[in-house]
Amino acid sequence: MHIEPVKEKGFYDFLGRQVEPKGLIGWLTTVDHKRIGILYAVTALLWFLVGGIEALAIRSQLAMANLRLYSAETYNQMFTMHATTMIFLVVMPLAAGFFNYMVPLMVGARDVAFPRLNAFSYWMFLFGSLLINASWLFNAAPNGSWVGYPPLSLFQYSQGHNYDFWLIGLQVLGIASVAASLNFITTIINMRAPGMTMMRLPVFVWMTLVTNFLVVLAFPVITIALAELMFDRTYATNFFNPMKGGLPIWWQHLFWVFGHPEVYILILPPMGIVSEVLPVFARKPLFGYPLVVGSGMGIGFMGFTVWAHHMFASGMGNIANAAFALTTMTIAIPTGVKIINWVGTLWKGQIRMRTPMLFALGFIYQFMMGGFSGLMHANAAHDAQQHDTYFIVAHFHYVLIGGALFGLWSGIYYWYPKITGRMMNEARGHAAFWFLFIGFNTTFFPMHWLGLNGMPRRIYSYSHAQGWDQLNLLCTVGAFTMAVAVLLLFTDMFWLSLKYGEKAGGDPWDGRTLEWSIPSPPPVYNFEEIPTVKALDDFWITKHPELLHHEEDSAAHAAGAGHGAHHVHHDDHGIHMPGGSWFPMFASAGFAIGAWGLVHSGGMYHIKEAIQPALDAAAKAGVSWDQLVSTAQTVVSSKTPDAQNILNVVNAESVLKLQACYNGVKTAIVGGVLGVLGIFLWALEPIGGYYIHKEKEEHAGE
Amino acid sequence: MSSEVLLDNPHEMGCTGLPHRKILMWAFLASDCMFFGSLISTYLVYRGHSTDHPLPEDIFDIPLTSTSSFVLLLSSWLMVLALSAIQKGKLWEFRLWTLGVAFFGSIFLGFQVYEFTHFVHSGLTLKQNLFGSTFFVLTGTHGCHVAIGVLWLMSLFFYSFIGGVTKERSLDVEIAGLYWHFVDIVWIVIFTAVYLLEYII
Ligand code: HEM
Ligand SMILES: [Cu+2]
Repeated sequence: MHIEPVKEKGFYDFLGRQVEPKGLIGWLTTVDHKRIGILYAVTALLWFLVGGIEALAIRSQLAMANLRLYSAETYNQMFTMHATTMIFLVVMPLAAGFFNYMVPLMVGARDVAFPRLNAFSYWMFLFGSLLINASWLFNAAPNGSWVGYPPLSLFQYSQGHNYDFWLIGLQVLGIASVAASLNFITTIINMRAPGMTMMRLPVFVWMTLVTNFLVVLAFPVITIALAELMFDRTYATNFFNPMKGGLPIWWQHLFWVFGHPEVYILILPPMGIVSEVLPVFARKPLFGYPLVVGSGMGIGFMGFTVWAHHMFASGMGNIANAAFALTTMTIAIPTGVKIINWVGTLWKGQIRMRTPMLFALGFIYQFMMGGFSGLMHANAAHDAQQHDTYFIVAHFHYVLIGGALFGLWSGIYYWYPKITGRMMNEARGHAAFWFLFIGFNTTFFPMHWLGLNGMPRRIYSYSHAQGWDQLNLLCTVGAFTMAVAVLLLFTDMFWLSLKYGEKAGGDPWDGRTLEWSIPSPPPVYNFEEIPTVKALDDFWITKHPELLHHEEDSAAHAAGAGHGAHHVHHDDHGIHMPGGSWFPMFASAGFAIGAWGLVHSGGMYHIKEAIQPALDAAAKAGVSWDQLVSTAQTVVSSKTPDAQNILNVVNAESVLKLQACYNGVKTAIVGGVLGVLGIFLWALEPIGGYYIHKEKEEHAGE
Repeated sequence: MSSEVLLDNPHEMGCTGLPHRKILMWAFLASDCMFFGSLISTYLVYRGHSTDHPLPEDIFDIPLTSTSSFVLLLSSWLMVLALSAIQKGKLWEFRLWTLGVAFFGSIFLGFQVYEFTHFVHSGLTLKQNLFGSTFFVLTGTHGCHVAIGVLWLMSLFFYSFIGGVTKERSLDVEIAGLYWHFVDIVWIVIFTAVYLLEYII
């Protein structure tokens, strides 16, 4: 095998679309979907530790009545950042890691449709996550819950930059998600190997497709909501300002029109993973493939029709409540269909209790529990009792940890051998499962009771008299048990199995989908020959023709001898691989700088309005802005008003804040220009890359 | 580069027979529909909620805005001509029409700048009332889209002088065209929902 770079032209030579990039530069400029997938997953797992520490902090504070481990203000920041982190920085990007790594392999492609856009998505995600967490350093972490309801989130009621960090950070993360989703939609629709029809796509790929459509359609709504709130805070608009006729409830509508599809964005990929794992470890085809796919699409569609079930207690009126109760209960049907199909897959299977399977089974049970409690508050009358209590907390942790996270862990144990080339240790895997399973149920099951006994969400502390002591302590014990599982997973993943795990080989689980037909870890070009697919679960059928039931498939298979034999003729050029590129990171760094500036312009017009008289006086006295700022500095440091008596101490502080806002705007402009420049350079960059040629003798075996 | 690159580039065409970038663009436009959908619904939900003047009937100038809307629509027609020119390989015609589109787009933007200044002088600002907030953010966002389109078309225009735009790469123009037509259509919706609606209900 040898490598031949594509001849480059002109001034791009010196930047070079790196041929076979190595070392750190290789990772920074990478456009390889496998590397980007690893970057996504590792970053998400690091944030998972951060979010987990926040969770433990919350549970510690609630362990006993009347505790004061840290301030109530910090507590608000803890639960807000815990939710924001877990949703946007852990579950979504971890799923994105799997999309990246697995989707091209599963559809039989060499990469995603737009490798550089893919890198751009990752860098945007990374910078967005750093931005939102940087708020901790300024003691300005978002502090009004992950739903950010106005009026509390308006400048009038929270004057720090807490919400500016939240708004802009989520905005950046949204861009990352939408860009990635456009890429995956194109990849799945347009880069399937010959014969890989839509109804032969692995279910995980299908769920990825549905998820990405949800992202593309739901994120613009939150983008607008965030932008409107940001305008309210920075430019003193009135979108959610009740004093001027604005409707805070309109925020709730926009937020949940996004928010409910978002919960399906979180759960559909794990559903896809479980749909891959169950057939492999039950050694049976997935029961009712078209139904599983169809109900996935059904969930996707209906996800847009139920948003107001989050607002039953907001006084929408009986008709709206009834309508949304109805749609919400209906959405449980496709969800139930999936569960039936998973159970049907297990039925009479030869079940192998390996770690991925354990997590998949845990998923089914716990997700079902979460569905049941969901149905309970789908009933609007019921929800009047449950809304904003720990019952809701129990519900969504059952679907999000018990469901989404168990599904993702199942995926980690399942695909780890493919990604690293080594098996994960079964004993440690089982231990991690049981710690997580027991810890999880100990933490969250009692919350149902706590909620029904009236314990509200998001409270800092409670008194003995309320009678919640024992159950809360139990929850906290459970939380620390889960932490053990997390430690087990991490030591196993990043150290023990990585170093000492037994070699996996290409197909350790007797897999069904195309990623198992190539070596572990896969070579950079994935497939030597793009495979031709003749049936659903083509790879497995090739290995086990005797197990073939489906007549149509067997007829198709009879036509050809084996898997490797059908491949498209590849041209004499060899395999073309795209080279690395600096511009995705360059562009996203530009936008991140811009975002940083926007955060610091938060509150600008409000501040200006408050000191308008002083500004007018200064203008009348012929004091320029620069002079005013330096006067303000002396006033603030000396704590005495200036001689002309334009600025008192309070005004002077505001002048400095305003100056900081103006600097923020300047930074935003510079960053934006840099970002756009990056995109231009990227668009002009020649295709570059390199060809991989296989030598004659390597063909000899065929 | 040119034709060779495209044929050579395995990352361009997909199994549906459509180029990747076209699928990407359509998906993006779907996303943008939701984007403008949210803005327009905000505007409509807040219609009649303003607590202070000026209100739409105080300041809208329909003949003026109709003129600028007409100019924007014309630009869509020129866009069609530009694409058809490059698909036939007529480079100079392409340049002419593209410049025309960008020019008409700029005229539209000019009208918008004039309108905004005029409104601000009549006392309508972002923070004056809900009408100001919703109106400026909605039409301003649309204006940004037009501006990006103008920038994009001008880039293609200049790029054509260093051989970047050719018959074989007419897809580049087609994609820009998709975007441009979409932005025009959105304006028709905005024009109806924001301006014309005042005269209906
Ligand atoms: C059978 C399916 C489901 C039904 C019927 C259902 C129903 C509901 C309802 C009615 C609420 C609002 C409760 C309230 O605030 O008073 C709710 C909250 C929530 N659900 Fe579900 N749900 C279902 C599945 C899911 C799934 C799959 C997820 C995520 C993976 C999820 C995540 C959430 C979250 C995060 C909240 C709380 C949001 C908040 O207020 O912070 N749900 N669910
Ligand atoms: Cu919901």
